[in-house]
Amino acid sequence: MTVVAVEPPHAEDVPRRLADRPTPADRFFFLFTRAGGLSVLVLMGLVGAFLTYRAGKALEQANIAFLTTEAWEPDSGNFGIAAVLVGTLLIAGVAILIAFPLAAGTALYISEYAPRRLRSTLISLVDLMAAIPSVVYGLWGFFLLQPHMLVVGQEGNGLVRWLATYLGWIPLFAVDGADPGDPLSTATVYTSSTFIAGVVVALMIAPVMCSVMREVFSQAPVGEREGAYALGTTRWGMIRAVVLPFGRAGMIGGTMLGLGRALGETIAVYLIISPIFVIQPHILQNGASSISSLIALRYGEASGFGTSALMAAGLALFLITLLVNVLASAVVNRSRSGAVTG
Amino acid sequence: MTTSTFSGTAPAAAAPAAVVERPVETKRSLRSVRRSDVLALVGAAVGAVSCTSLLFFRLAPFSGKLGFVVVAYLLFLGFYALLVSRDEAGPVVRDRLAAAVSHSLAFVLLLAMVVVIGYTLWRGKDAWSHANFFTEDMRRTGPLDPLDVGGIAHAAVGTLEQIALALVVTVPLGLTCAVFLLEARGRLARLVRMLTEAMTALPSIVAGLFVYAMLIVSHVVERSGLAASIAISVMMLPIVIRAADVVLRLVPGNLKEASLALGASRWRTVWHVVLPTARSGLTTAVILGTARGIGETSPVLLTAGYATAMNANPLQDPMTSLPLATFQLVKSSQPEMIARGFGAAATLLAIVLVLFVVARVIGGKPPGQLSKRAQKRAARASERDARRFTIEAVHQLVSEDTNRRSA
Repeated sequence: MTVVAVEPPHAEDVPRRLADRPTPADRFFFLFTRAGGLSVLVLMGLVGAFLTYRAGKALEQANIAFLTTEAWEPDSGNFGIAAVLVGTLLIAGVAILIAFPLAAGTALYISEYAPRRLRSTLISLVDLMAAIPSVVYGLWGFFLLQPHMLVVGQEGNGLVRWLATYLGWIPLFAVDGADPGDPLSTATVYTSSTFIAGVVVALMIAPVMCSVMREVFSQAPVGEREGAYALGTTRWGMIRAVVLPFGRAGMIGGTMLGLGRALGETIAVYLIISPIFVIQPHILQNGASSISSLIALRYGEASGFGTSALMAAGLALFLITLLVNVLASAVVNRSRSGAVTG
Repeated sequence: MTTSTFSGTAPAAAAPAAVVERPVETKRSLRSVRRSDVLALVGAAVGAVSCTSLLFFRLAPFSGKLGFVVVAYLLFLGFYALLVSRDEAGPVVRDRLAAAVSHSLAFVLLLAMVVVIGYTLWRGKDAWSHANFFTEDMRRTGPLDPLDVGGIAHAAVGTLEQIALALVVTVPLGLTCAVFLLEARGRLARLVRMLTEAMTALPSIVAGLFVYAMLIVSHVVERSGLAASIAISVMMLPIVIRAADVVLRLVPGNLKEASLALGASRWRTVWHVVLPTARSGLTTAVILGTARGIGETSPVLLTAGYATAMNANPLQDPMTSLPLATFQLVKSSQPEMIARGFGAAATLLAIVLVLFVVARVIGGKPPGQLSKRAQKRAARASERDARRFTIEAVHQLVSEDTNRRSA
């Protein structure tokens, strides 16, 4: 950018005209980056437009029944996302309930309690955990967590059976076909459930949530921290009075970011659940479903119309995760801590 | 820390104070950990484990490792609160409990990570101990063949080719777009930013479904490495753009302004100031994006097809990658196949770990902060410049002087 001052001929002070004339190299540079931005815009727009266009055919035929039908038989025209949507939300809900305390506790530990020397190592470790491929989490869930920790042996001893036995009176924890009093009952009713998939997804999203929360916790103003100490409070008192109120929006935003990841998770869930196409509110019972695993399960056998129906399901999933992410960034940006970090 | 009452008083009052026999002062411990804290912690832990053992093995018909741990932990919290409350007031008890809970939650999360990584590597060692696992493909391997036949060389080659193709698209395009977002103002930039942020929400399976429906069903591209790398690119592009955008925004404004004030043009400022300053951060962003892209299974599942033979040509025929091979192998019920699946997962994990360590080594620091060696190098360079300038100035002065004398 070359700024050229055009001097008036007479000596009086008048506002000078400042003209911004980009050099040819600059002009090329602007054009080039603009082309890059435009091509990304076109590519991303293409994904969205194509999804909507292809989903349109299926949505036109199914109409409002798309939201209320449980079965998935697109070739006979009887299909909808009621069951898979509920399944997706239940898995994500279980995951969030488990991941939130883990993430918040770890974030507090790293930002408040950990020795200063360990801090950067811990941050790297949490980031590393977020980078572990989902198929590895799936393997762990299927080969270690389920058979060795949650549903052990022929009788299915473990946390799941304990929950079903003692909390089975809550409809959510009820398990049809399981008799807690019968020691010979099989473990299969407790396997491949929403709950186990949720535990695995929780471990996948906890590091993502943790790094957002840690970031805002560590931004809490030093002056206010020292003020709280000077008034004689304990460390926990300082955290409750300064760090948590300051980081509340970050906690909400991080949790919603994790929720977005949990809703879209495919492979780990696919490896663990045994898919069913009815609304299954019993989270401990065999049989679960999610939109992403529906797509992974059915894409191969799909006809032209079946692909369109899967597209509609994918579009619904995309819209939900989009909504969650937009809300998350709005919450973070409008808060006090967001003003610092943003 | 309290000070002696006499220390702050005026000199007049100090005279009688000198007469007073003062008790011998002992050095006070200023460490934040006291012996009673440690004793309370150890005592609570021992008590909790003993009581739980008594409960589980002698008194009640409880069983199960997880139950043991949970009961012991709850008892530990109770005992710890009780022991601390004998010395301290309510707020301190709550403080200690919160610290204990926070420590243990962090421990659980890190333990889970160690277990996930360790379990995969441990189960993968069966396949890893056979050298053919890294050099052969699965073409001639039946479901019942032992582990010394067949391997995952084809999947490793497929992974490398797919991620390389995806990087060839995403890195230049992503960085150009990030620079565009940094430099440009106006409606277009806002639109691009909004769309990029929206697309980070795109679940990876939907990216795969997009490529499947758009390119494979309509026979533009067959199921191949190329289709898979397009799907990976669609998934990675918004991630790379956002990460690069964040890093570029961290470049201090005064550096850019200094460059502009010295008369550099916009693109020279970006090329010689902004990008070099953010280099380590950008590298980290790209490497972390690579780690995400390399481990994604779902887009590849829909677009790459599954092959058991080596296929180095990304343009035709199915091409397997490591996550896809893992996924397909563990679905078998044969223990050898499952062992191969774990071997492939361990290989994938090892690649991700290496990428991660490289990313940390290259870019652990925010832009503008140099390592010790880089600082020394910069200092040496400016010293050299300073010397050059002074010598040149001296030369100039001397020559001017000679000119004047001769004239």
